[in-house]
Amino acid sequence: MCLAIPGKVIETFAKGGMQMGRVQFGGVLREACLEYVPETQPGDYVLVHVGFAISRVDEQEAEQTYRALAELDQLSELEVPEVDAPEVEDRRPSNGRE
Amino acid sequence: MTPAEMLERDQKQRDQKQGEQDQTSQAMFGQCPLPIFDHPQIVLGHGSGGKLTAELIEKVFLSRFRNPALERMDDQAQLEIGGARLAFTTDSFVVTPIFFPGGDIGTLAVNGTVNDLAMGGAKPLYLAAAFILEEGLASAELERVADSMRAAAAQAGVQLVTGDTKVVNRGKGDKVFITTTGIGVIDRGTRLSADGARPGDKILLSGTIGDHGVTILSTREELDFECALESDCAALNGLVEEMLDEAEASGDVQAIHCMRDPTRGGVATTLNEIAGRSQVGMLLEEQVIPVRDSVRGACEMLGLDPLYVANEGKMIAVVAPEIADRVLERMRRHPLGRAATMIGEVIAQHPRMVLAKTAVGGTRVVDLLFGEQLPRIC
Amino acid sequence: MKYLDEYRDGAIAAKLVEEIRRVQTRPWVIMEVCGGQTHSIVKNGIDRLLPSGIELVHGPGCPVCVTPLEMIDKAHAIARRPEVIFCSFGDMLRVPGSNGDLFTIKSLGGDVRVVYSPIDCLKIARANPDKKVVFFAIGFETTAPANAMLAWRAKADRLRNISLLVSHVLVPPAIETILSSPVNRVQGFLGPGHVCAVVGYGDYEPLAKRFHVPIVITGFEPLDILDGVLMTVRQLETGRAEVENQYSRILGRGGNRPAQDVIEKVFEVRDRKWRGVGEIARSGYRLRSEFRDFDAEQIFDVAAIDTEESQVCISGQILQGIKKPHDCPAFGTACTPQHPLGATMVSAEGACAAYYAYGRHLDESELVTLGGAA
Repeated sequence: MCLAIPGKVIETFAKGGMQMGRVQFGGVLREACLEYVPETQPGDYVLVHVGFAISRVDEQEAEQTYRALAELDQLSELEVPEVDAPEVEDRRPSNGRE
Repeated sequence: MTPAEMLERDQKQRDQKQGEQDQTSQAMFGQCPLPIFDHPQIVLGHGSGGKLTAELIEKVFLSRFRNPALERMDDQAQLEIGGARLAFTTDSFVVTPIFFPGGDIGTLAVNGTVNDLAMGGAKPLYLAAAFILEEGLASAELERVADSMRAAAAQAGVQLVTGDTKVVNRGKGDKVFITTTGIGVIDRGTRLSADGARPGDKILLSGTIGDHGVTILSTREELDFECALESDCAALNGLVEEMLDEAEASGDVQAIHCMRDPTRGGVATTLNEIAGRSQVGMLLEEQVIPVRDSVRGACEMLGLDPLYVANEGKMIAVVAPEIADRVLERMRRHPLGRAATMIGEVIAQHPRMVLAKTAVGGTRVVDLLFGEQLPRIC
Repeated sequence: MKYLDEYRDGAIAAKLVEEIRRVQTRPWVIMEVCGGQTHSIVKNGIDRLLPSGIELVHGPGCPVCVTPLEMIDKAHAIARRPEVIFCSFGDMLRVPGSNGDLFTIKSLGGDVRVVYSPIDCLKIARANPDKKVVFFAIGFETTAPANAMLAWRAKADRLRNISLLVSHVLVPPAIETILSSPVNRVQGFLGPGHVCAVVGYGDYEPLAKRFHVPIVITGFEPLDILDGVLMTVRQLETGRAEVENQYSRILGRGGNRPAQDVIEKVFEVRDRKWRGVGEIARSGYRLRSEFRDFDAEQIFDVAAIDTEESQVCISGQILQGIKKPHDCPAFGTACTPQHPLGATMVSAEGACAAYYAYGRHLDESELVTLGGAA
């Protein structure tokens, strides 16, 4: 499960009792159900799984995430020089029985 | 026995055979380490060009018809008759729908066979075509197919010189099936075969991949997507002539070791076949393989890998490194080779295995599929 | 393609790997839950890129592999019926039951169709009023909104010839089972990004706390996976055990409320058997009684069929991350994608199948150095 890809909503319309969109993926267009992302407008990007938009892409977050990744090495250069890792017990995940 | 009783008897026999097969399989698990071919019926996967197809051919046909020409398992048989070297090939076309953007079953039939001959270094000369027509097919549609074939044959410079037609009951054939057989003459000293790849050779691809397969998928109602894509169906003999000219001009026409058109099963299947026959490894650079936006979009959406999607107007050439750049340049000057790219090379390590360097710098194996590639959700 | 290509950048991937290497001081075992993540890891060769101390184990995040054999046999029994049009996602077509797969049934005359979206079945039902359309509604929480909509619309439109065979599975109970095992080795998780896009990640917080494991909700592109690993390693190195969200461009803690509403109206939670693992309480969905007219299990008389799993198969241990495909004596020989013995070889995303396709040959000594690999 989980194959879902982002696409751009080109237009929205009602069909079969559902709010639908025409979504563009690269050079391909396909209908997707927008019932689960009701405020979607043309121009928005949505994440589509089996013909349903399950989320809208937060473009600002995307921008921030990407910038953080791209500038990773610069950020780490700015960090305080490493100190020794704190003493921790040999960590095995507990199985719930403390 | 009534027809209903006969049907029941047939079903019982099938069930029993299946049961026997299953028991045999289970008995063998403990001893035989090899994968088991235990399909009592032909399934669609047998026609996909992958491992199931290979097994079918091996078990049913090769085992019965052994001879040197057949065992080379190239797309054409290369034969010596009365001092002349001839290439001889046959192919069947069962595509649905029979008309699609960029072509139809007729253009496929002509170009597919022309290409199989050209990949053997032959000048395609003559075609035979046998038609199996389904009762109820509109005559106008058949005429359209025939018109396409005439145009394609003229374009490729071949003549249709003999043929056959049969009609089957409604429901027994998907409108029309076409089998084409072709013959051509090999008039240069080429030595082209799938077993000719050598470590150090460069792998050249003539253009974008997956166009045909995705075009066909776009006509499938249940997938229901739109794209401005056309099949790349085309005759490649002109391009091949240019490439062989270049090799000859460089001093050695045999410096082109192998040529193949990656049809069903895509580039991945073709490269695996060559690697397998030549007992060499291959290393590809995934990022440089040209893919159109529409093909990418459709493949991302459906979870398909373009490397396994069918092409009908593209070719792979495995070429000695000394002339690879020249041949590539020559390809780019031809209308069917504008997007030609060097996509990898042949290596000595991991023989029979095709690897690819991925966009993020990792490595992956590009294996043979065993059946068709299916849209996935997972 | 926007929001896809950027997350496949090789230069940034190298930086992420470098940063992981810089932060890591000891070996760690991390499980990625989702089959799609496994696919991405193996297809992009990410496990080979990571520093050797980071071990990725592949979790049970593939509904195809964990669908119990009984359910597959039920599906096949229904598909064989002459009045049925059996619709399914492509993934399930090749999954073998006790007697062949859906392709076999198709070859014997069954009407088996691949659909991309569950609501495509509505069209098929309308076009074939004298047939019974049955949709194989599998998946994790990610696919539940889509499957729910099919049931919802079928009921709203009063269609009489359509039903769903439901085999939904839920992730948190599976993770709990893995963590509860006395031989569990997993120390951190890459959480399922698209599942959480639907249901949010509140359910993972008690797990992180109770078992003291970091859970980083992660996306699917190579950079997402590497970023998720980095965030997990940072937590592990500093003794933290929190739920973090790597995939913030797609989801927030609450997930998708409209989707959750419809799921709530259509499905209810049930106990479910997982192939290779056994029964896990409250780990699946079934249709609510209001939708019984659309429940294929109730409409078709498919009594329990005797099924027997292979004795050789160790997929249960692989699904829990205890063993690797290479540890299995049948891997690549008696058990291949062509002839799978068990759950993890059955689908392309199962750990064994993924290894077979992408990684089976790669032996450190033979690997051609491509400049940059660990």
